[in-house]
Amino acid sequence: MSTRTGSTAATRAARPSRRGFVKASAGLVVGFHLAPRLAGAQAAAQPPAAPARPTRPEINAWVAIAPDDTVTIRMARSEMGQGTRTGLAQLLAEELECDWARIRTEYVTPGESLARQRAWGAFLTAGSQGIRQSQDYVRRGGATARVMLVQAAANAWGVPVAECSARQGTVVHGPSGRTVRFGQVAEAAGRLEVPKDVPLKDPKDWKLIGRSVPRLDTADKTTGRLVYGADLTMPGMLVAVPRECPVFGGKVKSFDAAAVQGRPGVRHVLKVNDTAVAVVADTFWQAKTALDALPVEWDFGPNRAESSQAIEARLREGLDAAEAFVGNQVGDARAAIAGAARRIEAVYSYPFQNHAPMEPMNATVLWTADRCDVWCPTQNGEAALAATAQAAGLPQTACDVHRMDLGGGFGRRTTHDWLIQAVRIARQVPGRPVKTMWTREEDMVQGRYHPVTMCKLTAGLTDKGELAGLHMRISGQSILSFVFPNALQQGRDPVQFQGLNASGAESAIGYTFPNLLIDHAMRNTHVPPHFWRGVNHNQNAIYLECFMDEIAHAVGMDPLAFRRRHMQAHPKHLAVLDAVAARIGWGTPPPPGVHRGIAQQMGFGSYVAAAAEVSVDAKGALKIHRIVAATDCGVAVNPQQIEMQVEGSFVYGLSALLYGACTVKDGAIEQRNFDTYNVLRMNEMPKVETIVMPSGGFWGGVGEPTIMVAAPAVLNAIFAATGRRIRSVPLKDQDLRRA
Amino acid sequence: MTTLNVNGRTVEVKASPDTPLLWVLRDHVGLTGTKYGCGIAACGACTVHLDGQPMRSCVLPLSALQPGQKVVTIEGLSPNGTHPVQVAWRQLDVPQCGFCQSGMIMAAAALLAEKPRPTDADIDAAMTNICRCGTYNRVRAGVKQAAGGQG
Repeated sequence: MSTRTGSTAATRAARPSRRGFVKASAGLVVGFHLAPRLAGAQAAAQPPAAPARPTRPEINAWVAIAPDDTVTIRMARSEMGQGTRTGLAQLLAEELECDWARIRTEYVTPGESLARQRAWGAFLTAGSQGIRQSQDYVRRGGATARVMLVQAAANAWGVPVAECSARQGTVVHGPSGRTVRFGQVAEAAGRLEVPKDVPLKDPKDWKLIGRSVPRLDTADKTTGRLVYGADLTMPGMLVAVPRECPVFGGKVKSFDAAAVQGRPGVRHVLKVNDTAVAVVADTFWQAKTALDALPVEWDFGPNRAESSQAIEARLREGLDAAEAFVGNQVGDARAAIAGAARRIEAVYSYPFQNHAPMEPMNATVLWTADRCDVWCPTQNGEAALAATAQAAGLPQTACDVHRMDLGGGFGRRTTHDWLIQAVRIARQVPGRPVKTMWTREEDMVQGRYHPVTMCKLTAGLTDKGELAGLHMRISGQSILSFVFPNALQQGRDPVQFQGLNASGAESAIGYTFPNLLIDHAMRNTHVPPHFWRGVNHNQNAIYLECFMDEIAHAVGMDPLAFRRRHMQAHPKHLAVLDAVAARIGWGTPPPPGVHRGIAQQMGFGSYVAAAAEVSVDAKGALKIHRIVAATDCGVAVNPQQIEMQVEGSFVYGLSALLYGACTVKDGAIEQRNFDTYNVLRMNEMPKVETIVMPSGGFWGGVGEPTIMVAAPAVLNAIFAATGRRIRSVPLKDQDLRRA
Repeated sequence: MTTLNVNGRTVEVKASPDTPLLWVLRDHVGLTGTKYGCGIAACGACTVHLDGQPMRSCVLPLSALQPGQKVVTIEGLSPNGTHPVQVAWRQLDVPQCGFCQSGMIMAAAALLAEKPRPTDADIDAAMTNICRCGTYNRVRAGVKQAAGGQG
């Protein structure tokens, strides 16, 4: 269990401190009142380095309230900068009626969750799901705790519960005006049976949801006090720096441990498994420099022959292949195109990209023959526990994962190759905590990459300039076929069609076409793909939204008017598009030399649109002046956090557009650090104006959706500025001079 | 043993002379607020002040430090996080994941020490740190607010 109070996590003993009720939890789903007593008994039995746990009655799984009224909200989702900790606390506190100033939060461990029949639900923090997929049961956790506190006060006073209510951390008896603080009745409340089916507030009565309260975790990020996984230190801890074969699928042939064994601080020179070696030393620098000096011979295997050119050729073949998985089909697009008065066609492409979170991969592991504990930043505590147990050769009940706040995730930390590696290293150093830390170079070449795809779009137009049919053929990598092959639908990867689906509450297309075919020729590569913030929306939005622009220009229509013609059956998509158009002044002259582009898409349950203003000088230098973004996420829990996610999404999306490309040579990723894998910096950051326009009645995500409209809005503006249609990413490789 | 002045304190460290100041601070002095992001002075997460100047500590070997040079890290920027930049950062909720923010704050504090009223161009030139979460616009507003202007 990790706690959000300064450096407590870092100073915690190597042996995990475990709350008594976790071990004694069988059958305790409603009997949590045992917790304080057991916690005290357990504290006495802990090694001296473990801090004693404060006695604080647990009301239910989500809420513990100490006698001093401190409310501890316990969380399953991870905080990686997206503000989920604060948003979830708002949801719970809204129902609990507690004093916002007395709130603290802590992570539950997946081991505790396992022992308590998954009392906290899913741990996965990805797919912009942190709030929207847990809002209902988190709010119920708060509401249930409130009802119990009110009941406990009514019992103590001997008055009917209907005469009592909760307000700002107290229970009030209406007729007498008596009050009691939550902390005074918390222990009694924890002894009550947990009520079922407690109703939630009507959204019109919300006081905290919808407010831009400051984040709960900012202060320690301004003083260096927040302890990330990379910062962990424990008594006796060693540091491991690993190197995996740079060619995916390759193996270690041999390495000369003796060559570096005698270097200062070096304790172990290890083969991690068939594919990796590691040096374990007293400090990072000792391990890293020894690893740099370690002679390793690799058996690169057949993938040594792979290259970006070979991969592109394979994808290009898929653009016209006879076989493809269908994602969305209306009418007969092929026939409509074949019989059309006019055809236009374009081929787009999108490269591999690295997540590149600021904190490189790391995990600290203490392995013994009968127990394995891990401290790490992960986007999925439960998956991390499963990975730990498997790599440790132990049952999950003999392992646990103590989460640290993430120094960025973006999808990379939903998969645990780095954790499995860290456990394998620690298994060879039993009884000592080992912190495995990747160098940035390792992080770059051992990524799990944004999938590579190409897309051929073909439109058939009538002689009146109307769109008769559209065929969108995607060719390229499937994430699911690598990550969750069991989730494929008879070979088809449904995630491939994000933003292009015929219907649904997650990612439906915002246009109606008389004839449409969207299909996918799966062409996988040896480079492992993964969910990358925004996922397949990133390229799908470029493909569709830029090609919509191409068609509009081909038929001589304004790009907004052309889109609107096909959006009448999609009012929510249209509303955000109209909102950005109005705000940026679409249809009015932009400032001299400035040109506009527009794009929209639905993803992660939210509707988003962007309008960009750019200029391109005579030398082809791009300046993005201003971006207007609109988001309809149904319910806006914290508008300021949404603004931050929207601004951040443009940094991530524009970094990808301007610079993001990982290329393959001799089977390996060529980019090794930020000098060759550049990202957007402050001087290139446009002004961002965010319109948060929640229409109510649904819960959409906010961490990712805006990324997908960043690139197409800018690409369409570049066309307006230069007449040059850029169909491949990134721009650093493109000539942007006026065509 | 090398003697260093870190955050006004004299510390003795035993590290090989090629050890970058970043790792001396993190692994030998126990100050982990200064972060490793790239190791090639590209990202700025490791920014500290060396005699008041912003310095990327990941490429500065211990052997290059002169006796008497004063190293200030995020932990020593102010007592209790009260430097105007830190205050502005909290007021505007600048950080997201926060991993780059020690470096951002140290770069901003050095900029303001040199130019108390920086222009946007000054900020662009001085603040070249990488943030992957995308806090740039709030960082800019934070620098201006710390300078006493309107964020």
